[in-house]
Amino acid sequence: MSGILKIALKLLVNDRSKFIALLVGITFAVFLMIMMMSMFSGILARSSASVYNIGAKIWVMDPAVNNATSSIPMPDYVLSKTRSIDGVKYAVPIYFGNALVKLKSGAYQAVSVIGLDDATLYGRPELIEGKIEDIYAESAFFVVKDAEFKKLENPVIGTEFEINDHRGLVVGLAKVATGGLFGIPTVYTTYNRAITYIPSMRFTTSYILIEPKSEADIPFIQQQVKKLGYQALTRDQFVGKISDFYTYQTGMGMNVLMMTAISFIVGLSISGQTFYTFILENMERFGALKAIGAKGHELVTMILFQASFTALLGYGIGVGLASGLMILAKLRLPSYAAQVTYFNLTFAFFMVLIMAGVSSYIGVRKVLQIQPFDIFRG
Amino acid sequence: MGNAAIKANGLIKWFGQGETKTTAVKNASFEADFGELLYIVGPSGSGKTTLLSMISGILKPNEGSVLVEGKDIWQMKSDDIADLRLHKIGFVFQDYHLFPRLTTVENVAIPLILKKMQWNEAIRVALEYLDIVGLKDRAQLPPVKLSGGEQQRVAIARAIAGQPDILIFDEPTASLDGDTGKKIVEFIKTKILNPDRCVIIVTHDNRIYEYADAIMKMEDGKITDFERNTQQDA
Repeated sequence: MSGILKIALKLLVNDRSKFIALLVGITFAVFLMIMMMSMFSGILARSSASVYNIGAKIWVMDPAVNNATSSIPMPDYVLSKTRSIDGVKYAVPIYFGNALVKLKSGAYQAVSVIGLDDATLYGRPELIEGKIEDIYAESAFFVVKDAEFKKLENPVIGTEFEINDHRGLVVGLAKVATGGLFGIPTVYTTYNRAITYIPSMRFTTSYILIEPKSEADIPFIQQQVKKLGYQALTRDQFVGKISDFYTYQTGMGMNVLMMTAISFIVGLSISGQTFYTFILENMERFGALKAIGAKGHELVTMILFQASFTALLGYGIGVGLASGLMILAKLRLPSYAAQVTYFNLTFAFFMVLIMAGVSSYIGVRKVLQIQPFDIFRG
Repeated sequence: MGNAAIKANGLIKWFGQGETKTTAVKNASFEADFGELLYIVGPSGSGKTTLLSMISGILKPNEGSVLVEGKDIWQMKSDDIADLRLHKIGFVFQDYHLFPRLTTVENVAIPLILKKMQWNEAIRVALEYLDIVGLKDRAQLPPVKLSGGEQQRVAIARAIAGQPDILIFDEPTASLDGDTGKKIVEFIKTKILNPDRCVIIVTHDNRIYEYADAIMKMEDGKITDFERNTQQDA
């Protein structure tokens, strides 16, 4: 580190009260921004959990569908028509629904039911206990062993329950990549068993999952599905649609945006004001440095370094605190929905750079204005 | 004598415009030589500090020129003037303007660091200058822990650490008691001044006049008297 930067660092760090106030301001702002955005990212990821867990490349749905759990059933002919589109390797139906199960203790528990195509079991979860073929046994269900698992009273293979007055039998325990958003357990069974056990409307196909012959076939398939009056979305498009729904149509996005903006303004106010006071208190020293022979660009470098150093340190501590709190929260609450993404980190970093920039700008303006002559005049 | 460290010609400086225009220095011309301890004296508001600022490259005159070692400084670019101040001129401000968040030795090292000297080397050299002013044992203390006289000596060490040819003191004894003030000026005269250095002191403390090689009196912006102590020269 060059000597002038070392002086700048010592001037900053040795003024402990101001340095701590600056750090606290930036850390607090970063902490709040990261927490808010991470919680929102976690909610968005959970809202698309089924889409990620099923893993199909193309999802066919009613155009009015805006999130995975609110499917609008489609008539059977859509499946037949879809299968006949050029470029479709295969297409299978999948059922998404909810039901109440009565547990051994007599308690009722809502569950999310996914009915997999009987012939292919396309979109099946990875089993951690049991055999996949057991799904064809009478009344068979797989239970997803996630954060909500214990709400089913920790079932094991062979545990029985009631689902709409039908017997249900646990034949396997499965794991999935992402847990659901709504805090209810998920069970898998076959498509036909699902529509038999759970009261349905006239149409029963929630989604049609398509495997294209190649990636190049996807646009054509989407075009042909559109002609049927339905919508074919790739996995990422479907995730995007769900994210848009939660972001723009539920008010969650606006709330998070407002909280993030407030965090930014609070951080900017604290850091800007404290840095300004710091500069004001050191004006005479900067003037003395100018008189001794420091050039304007050297003083600007010192101020930029001080602001950047504080901003980056505050950013690091803020991210560390937020991550630590999320880890602690997840240890206590396994279903806690928060995830730190590169976008969150980059966004918060950009905001911190703005804080540092604004603070520096105020400081630089003041310091460049001071004349060494003012030092002589006292 | 005769080898001018600073030569001021017809310096005029005014502040404000129209009815508020005030002329602080009126047609000031003088020479300060190497090996000379020059006092600029006069009552408050006589233009001493303004004149000092103009000859040290801090305040641009409205008219006139300043030659430092033969170079017209006000014809230079601002960065070059800053360089000249860094390499040729050392300042001891009235309030010292030491950095309270740095240690004493780090304060003294500032001009060396501005001259791009490596940190460790600058600290080593600064310690030598602290030794010259008798404060080596206080090197790691912050300036606020030092007495007024000690702070003055730290400021002197900082001013001479860059080995300037010209040293400028603004009211060096103003905030010191009589004895300490005399000791400081005696120290400047015996330890700091040498044939290759010119020392200019702005003061209105007549208790220290006896140490001067030359005294320039100012009143109402004009140089009213310039007297060299020829006995000392002889």
